Amino acid sequence: MIHQFCSITSIEKLNPSIIKIKFKSPLIAQSAKQGQFVNIRIDETSVPLLRRPFSIYYTTEEEVEIVVGVMGMGTKKLTHKQVDDTLDIIGPLGKPFKLDDGEDISILVGGGLGAAPLPMLFRSLQRLKKNIVIFLGAKNKEYLLKDYLPAKYISTDDGSEGYKGNIVSLLDNYLSNSAGKSYKIYACGPTPMLIELIKVARKFNINCEISLETMMACGTGICQGCAVKSKNSSKKYLLSCVDGPVFNAKDIEL
Amino acid sequence: MTKFAFKIRDVEFKNRIFTASGTFGYGVEIPQLIDVNKLGALITKSITLNPRAGNPPNRIIETPSGLLNSIGLANIGVREFLDKILPQLSNLNTVIIVNIAGNSDEEYGKLIEMLNNEPVIKAFELNLSCPNVKEGGLSLGTNLKSVSEITRIARKLTQKPIIVKLTPNVTKISDFAIAAESEGADAVSLINTLVGMAIDVKTRKPKLSTITGGLSGPAIRPIALAKVFETVRAVKIPVIGIGGILSLNDALEFFLAGAKAVQIGTANFINPHSSVDIITELEKFCDDNCIKDFEEFIGSIDLSGNLAINN
Repeated sequence: MIHQFCSITSIEKLNPSIIKIKFKSPLIAQSAKQGQFVNIRIDETSVPLLRRPFSIYYTTEEEVEIVVGVMGMGTKKLTHKQVDDTLDIIGPLGKPFKLDDGEDISILVGGGLGAAPLPMLFRSLQRLKKNIVIFLGAKNKEYLLKDYLPAKYISTDDGSEGYKGNIVSLLDNYLSNSAGKSYKIYACGPTPMLIELIKVARKFNINCEISLETMMACGTGICQGCAVKSKNSSKKYLLSCVDGPVFNAKDIEL
Repeated sequence: MTKFAFKIRDVEFKNRIFTASGTFGYGVEIPQLIDVNKLGALITKSITLNPRAGNPPNRIIETPSGLLNSIGLANIGVREFLDKILPQLSNLNTVIIVNIAGNSDEEYGKLIEMLNNEPVIKAFELNLSCPNVKEGGLSLGTNLKSVSEITRIARKLTQKPIIVKLTPNVTKISDFAIAAESEGADAVSLINTLVGMAIDVKTRKPKLSTITGGLSGPAIRPIALAKVFETVRAVKIPVIGIGGILSLNDALEFFLAGAKAVQIGTANFINPHSSVDIITELEKFCDDNCIKDFEEFIGSIDLSGNLAINN
């Protein structure tokens, strides 16, 4: 966990509502693992008051990339930042995706901007020489995060790219037609998508890790704000920031 | 004693900047981000007799310049606190204040009995925000009689400093400070959070699972300052100011209003280093302004010309 002021090295507008920000931090870049996040203070004013958490999208030796969907006042203010501006960043935070589950085929499923932690995961799995199949879904083609992700299966709600419909039904079809191998699903996306996805994972009895997006304040476990219902009898709630954001689907209730 | 040191009862604090209960965990979570030993005091999150899982999500929501929370006093309970956390606090070079919360005066009594013999614990802060199970569920801290009774019981059981944390959700907060003082409290800290609410207009649902929650952050600072100003003029015991302090300037306002110390709360979530930053900046401020005795700065608000003050 590092608290640093980092300068922005590039800002790229992917489309009117998504930007990609790169900032310089060798410390964070080299210690970040797949699925972890950074908590960013937008500016020194109290509007917005809290930091905003962002999945680490990609890293190089020196730099960290995040993708920002412009949704509220905090993310809107981020779009006004410029190269060489500094960002107040705490990270890397949270538990990463686990890589050692021994599956034959790793299935990555991303929904919209929820796909943000998948490129790091894809790279880590590639280094382990895993057999990887990627599913990407979004409401339209502008929201498909295809950088770094050679997706074999693509869907959009409006049909602007790939299959018109839901990415989870594509996954269901794929699994119905492939027997005899062991799989693990790694997924990130909106909660309704994850709920459906967990049903499919359960139907085929597949180990499944999901990364959650929750409201967060501190990002370090002290405020206890980001509670997630636990299925474990000894603990009623888990915290998304320190117990997650990556959870095994069997451990939590959405 | 250094320029900023002061005492409550027989406990000496090296400076006047504390971290507020519930905003700094048990004090052991983020040693990478802040040097706890620089703090005047560290106040633990509220400890209850039995472990509490806390409230269902959503527990937090941001409002303009504020944070609305409904954590539900999630904590590990006094036994696990004694076994697992306290040993980790024993090496710290700051004053450890344990904040305790209960549903009845008996619970406060039991908590103090269990904690009082621990030399690491230097003082108690009483959180009176829990519902009163005996009297219909209203918060204990909004009932003068409950505040008096709990303070009286605590006073009987400990010689350590007792700080009573006051809720602003009452008509006249200084009446509660007077009640605590007359039952032997050594200090009062204020304000706790204000009851607040937010609704998602699309879904028509309340944004917090418990419908209402406690509002903190800079949004409540002017209210907190007014309550501190009022209370300082009503009691002789030290008043510790709390409420949306993010910067040195914010802290100075509370000192000018008469607070002997301040607690940094919500700011810890935004900048974990903010309390230490304020300590450093306060030293510089005093050097730059030739303030040799900080005690003289406290309460030095200039009211000349303000004819509307009755007191």
